Amino acid sequence: MSNLLDVENLWVKFPTRSGIFDAVRGISFSLGKERLGIVGESGSGKSMTGRAILRLIRPPGRIEADRLTMTGTDVLKASEKQMRALRGHHASMIMQDPKFSLNPVMTVGQQITEALRTHEKVSMKEARNRALEMLDAVAIREPTRVFNLYPHEVSGGMGQRIMIAMMLIPDPEILIADEPTSALDVSVQLQVLEIMDRLVAERGMGLIFISHDLNLVSNFCDRILIMYAGRIVEVCEAGKLHEARHPYTIGLLNSVPNLESPRDRLEVLKRDPAWREAPSVSALL
Amino acid sequence: MSAVEIRDLTVWFGDGDERTDAVKSATMVVEEGESFGLVGESGSGKSTVLRAITGLVPTWEGTIRVMGQPLGRRRDRTFYKTVQMVFQDPYASLHPRMTVDAVLSEVLGLHGFRDVDARIDKLLRDVGLGPGFRFRYPHQLSGGQRQRVAIARALAPEPRILLLDEPTSALDVSVQAEILNLLTDLRAEHKLTYIMVSHDLGVVGHMCGRVAVMQHGEIVEELGVTDMREMRTRHPYTKHLLESALRSVR
Repeated sequence: MSNLLDVENLWVKFPTRSGIFDAVRGISFSLGKERLGIVGESGSGKSMTGRAILRLIRPPGRIEADRLTMTGTDVLKASEKQMRALRGHHASMIMQDPKFSLNPVMTVGQQITEALRTHEKVSMKEARNRALEMLDAVAIREPTRVFNLYPHEVSGGMGQRIMIAMMLIPDPEILIADEPTSALDVSVQLQVLEIMDRLVAERGMGLIFISHDLNLVSNFCDRILIMYAGRIVEVCEAGKLHEARHPYTIGLLNSVPNLESPRDRLEVLKRDPAWREAPSVSALL
Repeated sequence: MSAVEIRDLTVWFGDGDERTDAVKSATMVVEEGESFGLVGESGSGKSTVLRAITGLVPTWEGTIRVMGQPLGRRRDRTFYKTVQMVFQDPYASLHPRMTVDAVLSEVLGLHGFRDVDARIDKLLRDVGLGPGFRFRYPHQLSGGQRQRVAIARALAPEPRILLLDEPTSALDVSVQAEILNLLTDLRAEHKLTYIMVSHDLGVVGHMCGRVAVMQHGEIVEELGVTDMREMRTRHPYTKHLLESALRSVR
């Protein structure tokens, strides 16, 4: 079976006044038809990894890799035009906050149909029908009403479901979700994740789920990469998280207050400078 | 004497047809030295309760007593010497053009303290920041460090009651643990009373002894943390909240 995505020795670099800052430092991983979680704190390079895959790093930032292929296409060599075809059609990305990633001056319907018509030649009427079906698939109760609303007229949870609808309508093979629920309430978080999970399973897509919440990721992924300071420190199967051995992973797991097992004090991460220098763990399949 | 006593508190926004009641006749009593939690989803009115106590929303009716004293429309200096608030987003709650030193000296000056220099030193030490942070601007601090400064600012007038509005929801889990531990230590050290708003039941369960659950502006249930842990709830909404929290943990 060929992989949907292969990444070897990926670096993301930003020139600064005090020299080059490496946000991602030589990581390798691949994505099959699976759900892959990328977990780390802010600044660990997890979001930069997600953006680099779609070549969404703006200059002066630079992406370097020995290999970066997505469903057979070399992302590093593709032209801007090829990239536009690739984004959405092969891989699309759900951003963190629907408030900032939906276009405020276009109705929900216009945005979803635009996403579809960019990648497929379909009539307005068919696009509308498919958009309505898609809204229905993300559990929006009155799709025809919501179709004509503007983003400010919908709640955060609904906004994120609209994002999911928009990203899935061109039928991509890879979905990258960058903290898709951290801007939402707990009570709607699970609902949105379950919708995303169901659609990804039904369509046989590959999912990259980026989050700082290790427990949450372990529920929705098959394999987890734990990133620290731009490198992968551990690769784990989601079901075997309790067998994790890297002190950073264990620290992350223990720092979350748990309703069921109360403690007087929460464990605080003690960072070891050696973690930064340790070579990146390969997560190639 | 209760630290905070709220009876039949109604808070509204807008007038006439536009009026929406954000909090509907809420009643709760928080004893001195207690740590009390307010949970609910966004829009349930939990932050509005805190804002009504501090005087950030003028449109309320009902009774609010702080240390036995009923509150009127205006808050005086003694009130702010008793009650202080820590806000959700440390990226938004610190003035970008004021150094840590300026933020803290302003508060200390307002409350008439003379030994400002020594106090700033102590405050920074209390929240686990060294003197090296004193002349930094907010953009030179990480999220966790900023929230420590915000806590130091709230502690400056030596309050008895701290209102905590989602103090860690903008932070990473590892940093959250540090801030929660800090808040636990400070409460023990200064014998503070906490009212903490959070949507994260894990955090509230860790920090608080008693919890009020809010939905659509009403307090639907009040329960102890042990009851919460063992799912002894009466209201279906509390049950729903607990179930989704427990499921996302596993």
